[in-house]
Amino acid sequence: MSKDKPEYLINRKDNQYEVVIGLEVHAQVTSESKLFSTSSTKFGAEPNTQVSLVDAALPGMLPVINEFCVKQAIKTGIGLKAKINKRSVFDRKNYFYADLPQGYQISQFKDPIVGEGKVILDMPDGQKEVGIERLHLEQDAGKSIHDLDPKNTFVDLNRSGVALMEIVSKPDLRSPDEVNAFVKKLRSIMRYLGTCDGNMQEGSLRADVNVSVRRKGTKEFGTRCEIKNVNSIKFMQMAIEYEANRQVDLIEDGQSIDQETRLFDTKKNETRSMRSKEDAHDYRYFPDPDLLPLEVSDDFIEKLKLEIPELPDEKKKRFIEKFKLSPYEATILVSDNETSNYFENVIKKSDVKLATNWIIGELFAALNEKNLEITESPISAGNLSKLINLIKDGTISGKIAKTVFEHMMEGDKDPKKIVEEKGLKQESDPKALEALIDKVIDDNREKATEYKSGKVKLFGFFVGQVMKVSGGKANPQLVNEILKKKL
Amino acid sequence: MSDITKQSLSELIKNIKDKKLSSTEVTKAFVERSEKSKELNAYVTEDFSAAIDKAKRFDENPNLDLKLPGIPMAVKDLFCTKNIKTTAGSKILNNFIPTYESTVTQNIWNEGAILLGKLNCDEFAMGSSNETSFFGNVQNPIDKDLVPGGSSGGSSSAVAAQLTPVTIGTDTGGSIRQPASFTGTVGLKPTYGSCSRYGIVAFASSLDQAGPMAQNVKDCALLHEVISSYDEKDSTSIDFKRNNYSKELTNNIKGKKIGIPKEYRVDGMPKEIEDLWKKGIDYVKNCGAEIIDISLPHTNYALPTYYIVAPAEASSNLARYDGVKYGFRADGENLIDMYEKTRSEGFGAEVQRRIMIGTYVLSSGYYDAYYLKAQKVRKLIKNDFDEAYKKVDAILTPSTPSSAFKIGEKTNDPVSMYLNDIFTVPVNLAGLPGISIPAGHDAKGYPLGLQIIGKAFDEQNILNIAYAMEEKINFKNKITDWWIK
Repeated sequence: MSKDKPEYLINRKDNQYEVVIGLEVHAQVTSESKLFSTSSTKFGAEPNTQVSLVDAALPGMLPVINEFCVKQAIKTGIGLKAKINKRSVFDRKNYFYADLPQGYQISQFKDPIVGEGKVILDMPDGQKEVGIERLHLEQDAGKSIHDLDPKNTFVDLNRSGVALMEIVSKPDLRSPDEVNAFVKKLRSIMRYLGTCDGNMQEGSLRADVNVSVRRKGTKEFGTRCEIKNVNSIKFMQMAIEYEANRQVDLIEDGQSIDQETRLFDTKKNETRSMRSKEDAHDYRYFPDPDLLPLEVSDDFIEKLKLEIPELPDEKKKRFIEKFKLSPYEATILVSDNETSNYFENVIKKSDVKLATNWIIGELFAALNEKNLEITESPISAGNLSKLINLIKDGTISGKIAKTVFEHMMEGDKDPKKIVEEKGLKQESDPKALEALIDKVIDDNREKATEYKSGKVKLFGFFVGQVMKVSGGKANPQLVNEILKKKL
Repeated sequence: MSDITKQSLSELIKNIKDKKLSSTEVTKAFVERSEKSKELNAYVTEDFSAAIDKAKRFDENPNLDLKLPGIPMAVKDLFCTKNIKTTAGSKILNNFIPTYESTVTQNIWNEGAILLGKLNCDEFAMGSSNETSFFGNVQNPIDKDLVPGGSSGGSSSAVAAQLTPVTIGTDTGGSIRQPASFTGTVGLKPTYGSCSRYGIVAFASSLDQAGPMAQNVKDCALLHEVISSYDEKDSTSIDFKRNNYSKELTNNIKGKKIGIPKEYRVDGMPKEIEDLWKKGIDYVKNCGAEIIDISLPHTNYALPTYYIVAPAEASSNLARYDGVKYGFRADGENLIDMYEKTRSEGFGAEVQRRIMIGTYVLSSGYYDAYYLKAQKVRKLIKNDFDEAYKKVDAILTPSTPSSAFKIGEKTNDPVSMYLNDIFTVPVNLAGLPGISIPAGHDAKGYPLGLQIIGKAFDEQNILNIAYAMEEKINFKNKITDWWIK
């Protein structure tokens, strides 16, 4: 990494503080049924319609592991280049809450299914490796609804027992921007793998954020605070910014930082103490006696490795090598599977350079404006490919292409048809152009004389006039050539 | 036939199959006797009229190929029974009616048996005398104001008093074998993983096993054959080849090696227990088996280990009884207050004691010293048995250190109560099968039992040994029907 990399530091008088961040990401496993029961995991169902006897913790009910969820966790582990633990253990995390029917959450404490791994971040100043501490499987709790009744709390158990992967990073992150890149990269990897849809609005991805600060140059970590359950990247960044400044202010004031759990108030943009270390729950973890240790064979893992698709890092490498893209371009195009698929479909029949520029430039801007995902793009990869070919073969100019593109955004029309219907085809007939140019010179006699007498800067003026008169359709290259001769 | 309820299960099945008795006659006989025996307090829930209806329906179209054709049966109230109140002997489940059936009871109904009712037990199976039940003491039919053992006290009392031909109990630390021993009946604790735990109200998951209780070994074998099955709904259920235990039952145990563990000669063991054990050794010798002295060196640690592991698991298993979803709920100012009141009022003293012990041993800072150490000792106890089974086929011990005691005699002394399980607990910790058979009487005329412990999955072998011994012992239970006016 370069030495002049822009550091994220908090400045106070003479002191500079570095921010140290670690994340515990809770990612909902993409699966039809729950981690230990056969109820559906579908989002948005009527409350308490997806609850089995096991999920509601009726007496005598027993958990049975969902093999698919285990596979998803292992695949994610493979995607994080992590150690897969052939033996893992489910533990009970004991605490009382109305939306926790068993009175304990089945989780993995000492022996998680996935061990150490890593995630590579593509930052503007280069790559950064962030360590993964572990990934474990656990059950989600139900949902307490406090605002439906003035006196009572309602409980919806649809989420109760849904499989989550808790992915714990090492304290390697140093800025809100890195957190942004980390969460996006992690989400991208899981989406490539199909193991988590990463939908933050639906709560499929949320994180606990651990923040501490230390004076620049010190090695020891400061006392950390954990900000619970933050459900958007923007809020994570805001929470970190607030929390880091809060901690710095305390230190500057000569106070110490209490290790505690805090909540981020999104409305007030501040973190608030939830409970101190002394009040921390004693979860009384112990191995769940209803479940045997989870053992997977090498063969089982090897078979899953065969199901792993090309992941963003490898795809980026391929794009750079094979298509000569810049690292910046490649990073953007591989950010999610759908985008890279779109790109690869466009370049099947058209120029790579133009395709790259058009996708990263016009298409992304247009989609962004309409708040659409690439999968919802009004312009199909095939038609964007056609548009690029029209530019490439000189049928239309780049400028006209933008007009055609705008029409295409209104509905996935064939660009050729748009060009024909609107008469946007480029004028490349030298005779027609000569006539146009003659007229322009004729109309601007004085300027033509000035040009001839040495005011060569006026050339651009004449090009502009010709283009204007042609309605932008004149082939710019030919206009240049003919103008030079005529003048 | 006037003495229907005196017949063994095997006799009843034969008579029904031979059409000498109808299911209705049999069911009515047990219902009538049960109704006359309310003083025993063996039942928590009676389902008598439904049982007679079911018997009539069975008789209209009898399927005599079933293993338990039209046989009425009451079961311990720890098994969830669909649409029939299931209390686990607790106030906290006093209003709980399951919408589902336990696998073990389903297996029984699938073979043609008919539910008579639910039998009393210690609250959440925590007790050795049935005195912790919210529904009151159960009387031992052997003598008035005598405990029937526990936790399957309603079950042992009902079988001994012939209110049900056979029954099922559960055994976490001796809860089938000790009450069997106290009532002169036969009780089998199967290998852990033999009978599904699905639908059984959990006490300590790694120790709980359902098992049969009967008047004799053959009936016990037959019922075990019905209830033991592999069940995908229980992750600790084991898929092994199960025998036709009753068909394969034999009294030929010639050449079997029976181990006698010296560590079971505990301090202060009454002489009559010592004598009973010696008599037992003679019986097996007479059957042609070979006696071998063995050592199970960690036996001393079994009871303390059990009283860490079982409460730890129980403290977590019972967390779900919080007043939120089902069962008893006390009103509270807020959620925490509701929890505290519900659980203080809903659980009895012994259950609260064990929840507190369990919570303590799992607490941060104590986990390693208690729970983790107990798990290590548990492994050592299992290793003891593994070592012993290199030399012997089964192990013979007394079932309990004493005969049945009086109601109230030990209620204020939990430790003395816990000592009741000293011979049975190691078997649960090691996950092995064990059977208690009646082997004699003490000076007061109360029954005493002997325990045969087997290798894992070797129920057939211990049933055979018990069967051979039973023939030699020729035990007769002394029951006077004192409670019937």
